Amino acid sequence: MQVTFKIWRQEGPNDKGAIKAYEVNGLTEDMSFLEALDHLNELLVLKDEKVIAYEYDCREGICGQCGVFINGRAHGPHDNMTTCQLHMRSFKDGDTIVVEPWRAASFPVLKDLIVDRSAFDRIIEQGAFISAKTGTAPEANAIPIPKEVSDRAMDAAACIGCGACVATCKNSSAALFTSAKINHLNGLPQGRTEEHKRVAEMTYQMEIEGFGSCTFTGACEVECPEGISIINIAEMNARVAKSKVFG
Amino acid sequence: MKLDAKIPEGRLEDKWRNYQVKSQLINPANKKKLNVIVVGSGLAGAGAASTLAELGYDIKCFCYQDSARRAHSVAAQGGINAAKNYQHDGDSVWRMFYDTLKGGDFRSREANTYRLAELSAPLIDHYVQQGVPFAREYGGTLVNRSFGGVQVQRTFYARGQTGQQLLMAAYSQLYKMVRAKKVEMFPRSEMLDLVVIDGKAKGIIVRDLVSGELKRYAADAVVLATGGYSRVFRLSTLAIGCNGSALWKAHKKGAFFGAPSFTQIHPTALPQSSEAQSKLTLMSESLRNDGRIWVPKQKDDTRKANAIPEQERDYYLERRYPSFGNLAPRDIASRAAKERIDAGFGVGRLKNAVYLDFKHAIERFGLETIKDRYGNLFKMYKKITGIDAYKEPMQISPAAHFSMGGLWVDYELMTTISGLYAVGECNFSDHGANRLGANSLLQASVDGYFILPNTINNYLANEIKADYPTIDHPEFDKAEKEVKSNIDRILAINGTKTVDHFHRELGKVMWQECAMSRNKAGLEKAIQQIKEIRDAFWSDVKVTGDSNELNTELEKALRLADFIELGILMCTDALERDESCGAHFREEFQTEEGEAVRVDDDYSYVSAWEYNNGDFKLHKEALQFEFVKPSVRSYK
Repeated sequence: MQVTFKIWRQEGPNDKGAIKAYEVNGLTEDMSFLEALDHLNELLVLKDEKVIAYEYDCREGICGQCGVFINGRAHGPHDNMTTCQLHMRSFKDGDTIVVEPWRAASFPVLKDLIVDRSAFDRIIEQGAFISAKTGTAPEANAIPIPKEVSDRAMDAAACIGCGACVATCKNSSAALFTSAKINHLNGLPQGRTEEHKRVAEMTYQMEIEGFGSCTFTGACEVECPEGISIINIAEMNARVAKSKVFG
Repeated sequence: MKLDAKIPEGRLEDKWRNYQVKSQLINPANKKKLNVIVVGSGLAGAGAASTLAELGYDIKCFCYQDSARRAHSVAAQGGINAAKNYQHDGDSVWRMFYDTLKGGDFRSREANTYRLAELSAPLIDHYVQQGVPFAREYGGTLVNRSFGGVQVQRTFYARGQTGQQLLMAAYSQLYKMVRAKKVEMFPRSEMLDLVVIDGKAKGIIVRDLVSGELKRYAADAVVLATGGYSRVFRLSTLAIGCNGSALWKAHKKGAFFGAPSFTQIHPTALPQSSEAQSKLTLMSESLRNDGRIWVPKQKDDTRKANAIPEQERDYYLERRYPSFGNLAPRDIASRAAKERIDAGFGVGRLKNAVYLDFKHAIERFGLETIKDRYGNLFKMYKKITGIDAYKEPMQISPAAHFSMGGLWVDYELMTTISGLYAVGECNFSDHGANRLGANSLLQASVDGYFILPNTINNYLANEIKADYPTIDHPEFDKAEKEVKSNIDRILAINGTKTVDHFHRELGKVMWQECAMSRNKAGLEKAIQQIKEIRDAFWSDVKVTGDSNELNTELEKALRLADFIELGILMCTDALERDESCGAHFREEFQTEEGEAVRVDDDYSYVSAWEYNNGDFKLHKEALQFEFVKPSVRSYK
C-alpha cells in the first residue's frame, strides 16, 4: 500500500518546525505504524537525509515510551491503544496520515516527534512511593487485602506514563496520570501512613510543572491505553479535600 | 588468570549467612564518601541504586530511555517465583533450588542457585510493602499460579503486568532516593565505554543522547545492570533499544563473558509475519496454565482451527511430556514446536506457528474466570493480530528471549575486573543453560535489592583510603578518544546500506545457526558469515546526521557494531560446547527421540571467554556438585 505521511519536523527545542510530506510506497497491512516509519527512515537515509526522530522501546504497549498524534488523535484512530500497537491495516491505500508530537507546554519538543516528559518523573518524585527501606518488610500475608481493594489499586497502577492523557486534554491536564498513581498507593493499606502528604505534594508538583486544570471532558480516558477511568480524578479531588482537613 | 567463584564454606543453607557474617562492613560516615555508578534502571539497576542509596552511598544511575520507568523489566508479564509455600503444596527453598538447577540442566553453581531460592520469599515481602498490587484471594491472601518446569504453584503475579508493577515499585523507590538527593538520575544517557584505572573499574564514558555530547563520570565502583542481548537476533521479544554494548565494552576492557551462547528461545511469542517486522511480541508463559498447545495431525491442513475435530489434533506437548504437559520448560516447548513446524505441521499464513487453545479452559472455568486471569493478554493479542482468542485459538511461535549468558561473575556478583559488578540479566549466574519462567524478575530483583548491597561493601571497604578517581586521569582521556574516533569512523563511511539492513543480515545468520538448534558445520559457516557482515558494515554502512545532536540512527549503528562482534563470540561458544544442555541444543548430541544429550564428563563447566585483540580465549570454571547429583533432565 501507499500512503502520504505529513510529519512534524523540528531540529531542536528552539527551532520553529514545520510539517513535511513524504510519499511512501511498498507498505503492507500487517506492518505496524512504527514499522512504516522505520521503513520511511531507511528510505531517508538512502536519500542522504536525516532520519525522523520518534520514540519507542518495547513495541508491545507497556513501556509507554512511544506516543504521537496521528490524524489529530493521541496514539491514532483507535481508543485505548498505544502507537506501537497500531497497524497499517487501520489505514487505506492512498491515505494521508498527519503525524505530530504530543502538544503540551509541559512536554517541550526535543526533536521532531520526541518530547520531554520528565515532568512526570518529578511528580512521581514528590511522594509516589512508600517510604520503607529495603530489608524492613513484614511477612507478605500479614495484612490481608481484599481482592476488590487490590484489584482497584491494580486498575489505577496500570498507568504506563505515556502522556496521551495530557496530550489529548484541551487544558493539558495531568490529572489522570497523577490521580492514578495517588489512588494506587492511597488505596492500599501500605500507602495509608503517608496518604495526605502524598496527595498534597504530588498535586502541588503537578501544578508547578504547568499542567492545566481538569474540566472533566473525559477526553483522557478515551485515549488512555490502559483504559484508566476519570473516576480516578474525582477520587483524587476528594482525597485533596480530605488531606486539607486531616493532613 | 584463575577463576575464583569465591563460594563460601559450609552447608548449602548456611553459605549466604556465612558470607554475610564475614564480609567487611563500612561505617555510615564513610559510606557517604563512596560513589557508585549504576548503569541501567530496571529491577536490578533501580533495586541496586535505591538500596545502595538508602545505605548511604552516593549513586549515579544511567539509562538510555527517557525515564527509568521504561526499562525492559516492564515487559515481563507472567510473574515472579517465590518459595513461600502459600498453597501448601509441598514447596520449599530446597525444591525451588532443585527445580531451578535442573531447569538450567545443571550448568549453574549450586551456591548461587540456592541463594536465589532462599531470597525469593523475603523479596515478595519487600514488593508487597512497596505497594505492588499482587493478585489476591477474596479472603485477602496472595494467589499463586504455575509456570513451566515445576509441579507446585509458586508464581506471584499482578494480572499480566507483573514486570510493570514490580518496575513501578522499583522506580518509585529510586525516585524516593532522587528526592533525598542520594541518587542522581541520568536518563537519555548511553554508556559507551568503561574506564579501568590500575586494574579497577573507576568510571564510564557516556553519550548524552539529546546533545550528543560525550561525558565522563568517575566512581569508586561501577555496576552494570543493562539487561539481555537477544536483540543480536534482531527479531526478539526484547525492546528495540535493548543492547549489549555496555557488556561488550566491559568485555573488551577485561571482563570475561560467561556462556555467551546460552540464549532462551521463548515458545509463546507472536509469529513473524513479514520481513519488515521489528519485534516479536511475547505472550506470557502463564497462558500455558490453561491453554493447550496443538497442531493438526494432518500435514498442510487448510481447515480453520475450530473446524478441526478433537481426534485430529495433536497435543504434542501432552503426548511427549505427559507429566508436565503444556507446562514443559521453555527450551523443551520451543524445540517441540520447531520440530512440528519443520515437519510441515505448522499453522497460520506462513505455516510458522502452532495453536494455543483456550476452548477447554473456557468450557471448564467459564469465560469470566479466563478473562480475569488473562484479560489484558487477550486484549493485547487482539490489538496486534485483530483476532479474538476467546473464539479461536491463538497462533504462537518461538522467539529469541532471555540471555542466560552474560558477564561472568563470582558469588559476590563481581566480574573479572575489580570493582565492576554485573547484576540481573546481564550476568551469567543462576539460570545455567535454561531459565525457568518467572525466575527472571526474581533474579534481577534479588541481585539488586539483596545481594549486591551486601557484597559491594566487601570491595568498597578497601577503597575508602584510595584516591578518588578524577575524570582528568589519562585513562579517561584515552577512553573518550576511542569512543569519539569510533563514532567519527562510522559517520565517515557514508556507504550505501542502512544500519537495519545489516541488522537483518546478522539476525538471519544468528537465528538460522545459533538459536534453537545448532551444529558444527552451521556454526563454522555462521562465524565466517558474521565476519563478512562485519567487514561490509564497516565499509558500506550509511548513517546520516551528526554526532553532536539527537541521532537515533547513530545510536542504532553503535549498538549494531557491538552486536556483530558479540555474535561471533556466541557462535564460538556454541561451537566449543560439544554437548546439548538446556537451551543449547547441538544436533550431533541427541537421543533417538530428539532429547538433549549432556556430556558431564567433559562439559560440566561454565565457559568464560577473555577478549584478546579480536580473538577469544577460553577459561573454564568447573562446576562442583556437592549437594545434588546431576541427573538426566526429564519432563516425561
